[in-house]
Amino acid sequence: MTTSVRIDTPRDPSQPGHALLEVENLHVEFRTRDGVAKAVNGVSYELRAGKTLAILGESGSGKSVSAQAVMGILDSPPGFITEGQIRFDGRDLLTMPEKELRQIRGERISMVFQDALSALNPVYTVGWQIAEMFRVHRGTSRKDGMIKAAELMDRVQIPAAKSRVKDYPHEFSGGMRQRIMVAIAIALDPDVLIADEPTTALDVTVQAQIMALFADLLRDSNTGLILITHDLGVVADVADEIAVMYAGRIVEHAPVADIYARPAHPYTQGLLASIPRVDRKGQNLYAINGLPPTLTRIPKGCSFNPRCDRVQDNCRVDEPPLFDIDSTRASACHYWEDVLAETAPSASSAQSAGTVQGDSRG
Amino acid sequence: MPDRSAPSDSPDAPSNSQASQKSQTSETRSGQGVTTQQSGIRPTGDFATPILPAAAPARDIRDTSDAGDISGSTGKPRSLFTDALYDLRRKPLFIIPLAVILFLAIVAIFPSLFTSVDPRFCQLSDAAKGPIKGHIFGFDRQGCDTFSRTVHGTRASLEVGLLVTVGAVLLGAAVGALAGFYGGLVDSVLSRVTDVFFALPLLLGAIVFLSNFQKRTVFVVAFALIVLGWTQIARIMRGSVIGVKDADYVLAARALGAKDSRLLFRHVLPNAIAPVIVVATISLGIFIVAEATLSYLGIGLPPTTVSWGGDINNATAALRTTPRILLIPAGALSITVLSFILLGEAVREALDPRLR
Repeated sequence: MTTSVRIDTPRDPSQPGHALLEVENLHVEFRTRDGVAKAVNGVSYELRAGKTLAILGESGSGKSVSAQAVMGILDSPPGFITEGQIRFDGRDLLTMPEKELRQIRGERISMVFQDALSALNPVYTVGWQIAEMFRVHRGTSRKDGMIKAAELMDRVQIPAAKSRVKDYPHEFSGGMRQRIMVAIAIALDPDVLIADEPTTALDVTVQAQIMALFADLLRDSNTGLILITHDLGVVADVADEIAVMYAGRIVEHAPVADIYARPAHPYTQGLLASIPRVDRKGQNLYAINGLPPTLTRIPKGCSFNPRCDRVQDNCRVDEPPLFDIDSTRASACHYWEDVLAETAPSASSAQSAGTVQGDSRG
Repeated sequence: MPDRSAPSDSPDAPSNSQASQKSQTSETRSGQGVTTQQSGIRPTGDFATPILPAAAPARDIRDTSDAGDISGSTGKPRSLFTDALYDLRRKPLFIIPLAVILFLAIVAIFPSLFTSVDPRFCQLSDAAKGPIKGHIFGFDRQGCDTFSRTVHGTRASLEVGLLVTVGAVLLGAAVGALAGFYGGLVDSVLSRVTDVFFALPLLLGAIVFLSNFQKRTVFVVAFALIVLGWTQIARIMRGSVIGVKDADYVLAARALGAKDSRLLFRHVLPNAIAPVIVVATISLGIFIVAEATLSYLGIGLPPTTVSWGGDINNATAALRTTPRILLIPAGALSITVLSFILLGEAVREALDPRLR
């Protein structure tokens, strides 16, 4: 079934640079007792083969929900996709029959979960769980599945993989468990890999190891990665593009270098300023004032307006569309030109951007 | 662990502090001191077996160091059930009932190993006679050998108990799992059906049902008890499945392309079955009692089938003159039921992580 799709589509997904996954005007809402929480409000992005898109945002910005919508694991009810399209290989996943979806999930779109301990089944060995991918999707025998599981565990750099395939999840450390999650996700060499905060539950050194593993595994492959995170440090090395989300919308979308050097949205600017810097020891840390909006009552106009330093009257009335800055980047701020001008590529800002990236590596 | 056992020690505390109040003036402090000292000692006695959650991190430390040694893999992998088995092996409250049950199983399968007397060879001339050589427990009111009848009656009791438990678990687990897993309308319908059956009393229902049957074999009696006895299992299964189905690993399996049947059978059920096993073990004893009660009332197994309940029924008329005839099968029944209940209790303790 999936092969016929590949032939039918004029575009070849294996070609680098081609849009594999297109999310268009996605709206997701949660109908709760306290009212309708609009978690995702018109998100659009596309992921190209072999590229990494980082979706950045704080808790409740809708970044995880948009990924869940793509995987079709939205908790429904109360979650509902009210508008939009999610196209994979040109076909809308939202209208696709469940049976075809199952063939795409795991095989062509795969996912790494945040907390590997709870995402691995405690009653089965890790080898069994990795091999399950092969058995279910490829009909591999149990024995061959276990051999492949050991190979994969080796690939994700688990020491003594062969002797550990028959160990249970609780016998591994957090970092090793996350490696096993990654092994399961990449088992069938998917076209799209979604990593939902893959390093949040880990400590800093292990975070770096896992991100290095992602970079390693994806370097020579055509797999597109969607990396969901709230950690600016995590994405700097791995991502090609960054989409910053706020209150269910993408507020800025740019190549990774641009966003660190010259943010074009006050929110991104604030986020970058909040990163602790080595050269400013002993001073108070910068913080964006206020709290993110309650999703049941998103402010009128620009959703960031109550917290914005440069707020103007029209920000409270007109919702800014995503303005194209150039062919690669966009910002949802009425005054993006001013923001950009403020962070013009002078010597000092380039240097500070370097510091940010340097920090994130450490 | 020490702070956990402290509350269980608190009943001892008043008496201790009272004692110290008499001897010493600093009453509260010394009283607390005694309590903490005790609770410090208690765990080592009660939990002499290594506690696994504490043992697991020891291996994890090795992992974080990323050392590629194979030496760590000497320990056998452990799951919930292997953990439980490890705990149970050292518990007398598990070993003794298990030994009794195994012994009863052997008696049930090979009764002739234990007695060569035919339980159906009865001479009225021997009626209610006391123990003589070759007939250690004497004879019942019909002149049948009491010991032989008790030995041969084991089979009927265990057969009914096992059949009913297996049947009730299959039916109850199926209904409960479907209701819990799918929720919504399926859950509403199945739960109401469960409630209807739950409202029927086990014994009264069985009496009404069985009175319609002329030929009451073990299977008919078992069927009646299954139909009326599966509801508790269903309720527990449903609750357990609801608790497990939203776990991340179920979501992860769905996200990676597993169908409902795989999610339910491979990912949800193995994680949700433990409470059902526990309840099943305990209910086995209850079902044996139910069978005996029905046979006692004359509506269970027919008189031609040797069973404890039937024999107890026959013996009641002579309770005041020769209580021995009643006490032998009744004692066998009590020991069997007690063994299953103790076994279930021990299994429950081993499988419930909160009790560790």
